[in-house]
Amino acid sequence: MNKTSWFNVVSLTLGFAFLYIPMIILIIFSFNESKLVTVWAGFSTKWYGELLHNEAFLNAAWVTIKVAVFSSTIATVLGTMAAYVLVRGGRFMGRTLFSGMIYAPLVMPEVITGLSLLLLFIGIGLDRGVLTIVLAHSTFSMCYVSVVVSSRLVTFDRSLEEAALDLGCSAAQAFRLVTLPIIAPAVISGWLLAFTLSLDDLVIASFTTGPSATTLPIRIFSAVRLGVSPEINALSTIMIAIVTFGVITASLITKHQMVRQKREEQEAVRS
Amino acid sequence: MTTVEFEPWDDPQEKPLIHFQNVTKKFGEFTAIDNLTIDIYEREFYALLGPSGCGKTTLMRMLAGFETPTTGKILLAGQDIAPVPPNKRATNMMFQSYALFPHLSIWENIAFGLKREGMAKPDINNRVDEMLRLTRLEQFARRKPHQISGGQRQRVALARSLAKAPKLLLLDEPLGALDKKLRQETQFELMDIQEKTGTTFVIVTHDQEEAMTVASRVAVMDHGKIIQVATPDRIYETPNSVYVADFIGDVNIIEGTTSAAGEDSYSIDWADGLAPLKATSSVSFSDGQKCHLAIRPEKVAISTDKPEGAANTVQGRVLDIAYLGNISTYHVELPSGEVIKAQAANTRRISRRSYTWEDTVWLSWTATAGVLLAS
Ligand SMILES: Nc1ncnc2c1ncn2[C@@H]1O[C@H](COP(=O)(O)OP(=O)(O)OP(=O)(O)O)[C@@H](O)[C@H]1O
Ligand SMILES: [Mg+2]
Repeated sequence: MNKTSWFNVVSLTLGFAFLYIPMIILIIFSFNESKLVTVWAGFSTKWYGELLHNEAFLNAAWVTIKVAVFSSTIATVLGTMAAYVLVRGGRFMGRTLFSGMIYAPLVMPEVITGLSLLLLFIGIGLDRGVLTIVLAHSTFSMCYVSVVVSSRLVTFDRSLEEAALDLGCSAAQAFRLVTLPIIAPAVISGWLLAFTLSLDDLVIASFTTGPSATTLPIRIFSAVRLGVSPEINALSTIMIAIVTFGVITASLITKHQMVRQKREEQEAVRS
Repeated sequence: MTTVEFEPWDDPQEKPLIHFQNVTKKFGEFTAIDNLTIDIYEREFYALLGPSGCGKTTLMRMLAGFETPTTGKILLAGQDIAPVPPNKRATNMMFQSYALFPHLSIWENIAFGLKREGMAKPDINNRVDEMLRLTRLEQFARRKPHQISGGQRQRVALARSLAKAPKLLLLDEPLGALDKKLRQETQFELMDIQEKTGTTFVIVTHDQEEAMTVASRVAVMDHGKIIQVATPDRIYETPNSVYVADFIGDVNIIEGTTSAAGEDSYSIDWADGLAPLKATSSVSFSDGQKCHLAIRPEKVAISTDKPEGAANTVQGRVLDIAYLGNISTYHVELPSGEVIKAQAANTRRISRRSYTWEDTVWLSWTATAGVLLAS
C-alpha cells in the first residue's frame, strides 16, 4: 500500500463516527448521575442498580431470552437441515427454486414478514404470546443459519461421508458422527447469529406478540415514547454488550475454527 | 507363494465372485465405463491399470455402491447388488483421496468401522493395534490426520479399510505415496493378508511393477473399456494389442506388412532395402496385411560383430545410452531412421563397456522374441 491519503482517512473517520457516535453517547449517558438524560452530572452506576428492581424490564428480559434461545435453536435445526438438503440432495425437481426461496426472507421487509405471520396466526387461531414470537423468529432467522451452514457444506469433502457409509454407518450415523462434528463451528455461529437477531428484533415481535409477552425491545420502545430515561440507556448498553459479544464470538468462531478445520480437512485428503 | 496353481478363470466350473455384465456408466453425456464385462474370482488379486481418467475409480465406486450403473448389472456371488446400499455391502474401499476423518485421531479413524460393527472394546483395541503395527503407525496413534505426513496418511487409509477384514477390498492406489522400500514391504504384507484371510482384492495402481508383483490378473483399461485381462506374465509376454504392449513396460514397435512363410510363421516387410523380419504368430495374418511387431528391449541382443544364425539382424549406430545401474538401454538408430532399443546387463564396470556413442553395432533377435499384432 502506498501512503494513506487524506481522503481515505477522512472518509474512514466520518464513516465510523456516523456509525458509532450515537451508541457511544448512549453508553456514556447510561453512567450519568442525573435523571436528565442530556445533562451530565457525574459518573454513577445507579441506573444499572435501578434496573434490577424494575419488574417490568426484568420480565421483558426474561421473555426475550426465552424467545431468543428457543427460536435460535429451532432455526438452527431447521436451517441446518435445509442447507444439507439443498447442498447434498442432488438434483431434484425445483431445487433451484427452493434454494432461491430460502434466501428470500433475507431481503423481505420485516413489516411484511411480521404482517403475514400475524395474519397466519390469526387465521389458524393461535393465541399470540411467547409461542408465536418464537415461531416468527425461527422463521426469519432460519434462512440466516442455512446461509452460514450451506457455505460451509459446499466446501465439505463428500468422500468423508462416503467413507463413513463404506465403514458401515447409516446415512443418519454418517451425519451425526462425521458431518456434524466437522461443520459444528458453522452451526454454532449460525445459532449465535439467530440468537442476536432474535434479541434485538422489534418489528416482527410487535406484530406477533400478545399482551402476555412483551420483549425487551418492545418494552424499551414503548417506554421511550414517554421520554428517554437513564434506565433505558443502561438497559440498551447491556443489550449492546450482549449483541456485540454474540456477533464477535460468531465471527471469531467462523474465522478461526472454520479456517483451521478446513485446513485440517484439506490436509487429511491427498494434496 | 502358493504352490498350487491358482487359475479359477480357466476353470469353467468356477463361479466368479463379481460379475460385471455389460455395465455402462455415464455422467451426463460422458461415458466413463463403456459396456464392460468382467469376472473377478474369489481370492483374486485383481489389478486395474490404465491411464488417468480411464474409469478405474468409477469402476470401484460402483462396486462399493457409490455409483449405480447406467445400464447393465453387477452381480456379487450371483446376486444383483444394485439394491444393496454401501453400508450393507461386505466391501471396504480405500479412497484415492484417503478421506480420513479430520476430527478423529489415527486410532479412532481405524477403529471407526469396527465400532459400527458393534465389536467388543477389547477386540477393537487388539484389532486396531494389529493394524497400527502392520502399517508401522504405532507412534502416531494419538495424532490427528493433519499432523502426519502424506505417506503416513496413506497408510492410515489402508489400515482403516483393512481393519474390518471385508470379503472384498477395493484399494484405489494404496501405495503411491510410499517410498520404494516401504512400498515393497507393504505389497508383501498385502499378499500375506490375502493368503491368510482369502480376501478378494481389487487394486488400482499406476505402478506396473506393483501390478506385476501382487496381481493374480491384470486388467488394462482405456477410455472405460477393458483392453486385456490376463496374468501378469501373459500381459507382458503376449499383449493383445499395441496399446497394451506399449502401456506395460518398454517395447519396440515395428510396423510392416506380413506374408506367410510356413506354418505360424511370417516374414515382415518393414523398410525399403532391408531384409524382411521373421516372426511367429499363433494368430493368423493374411498376405499384405498391416502389422506391428512388438519386441521387448531385453529380447534384443546387441553385439559388435554380426551374430551368426540369428533369425533377425539389423545394423545401426548407437544414439543414446541410458544407464540404469544393473542394466543399460541402448538406443540404436537404423539406416532407415527407426530407433530400436536393446537392453544388456552391465556385467562389466562402466569404463570397460564394449559399445559407446556413435559405435556401429548389430542388433539381433529370434523369430519367437516378438509378438505380431494386428492393431
Ligand atoms: N461425478 C462425475 N461427474 C462427471 N464426470 C465424472 C465423475 N466422476 C468421474 N468422472 C469422469 O469419469 C472419468 C473416469 O474417472 P475416474 O475417476 O474413474 O478415473 P480414474 O481412472 O480413476 O483416473 P485416475 O487414475 O486419474 O484416478 C473421468 O474422465 C472423469 O472426469
Ligand atoms: Mg482414480
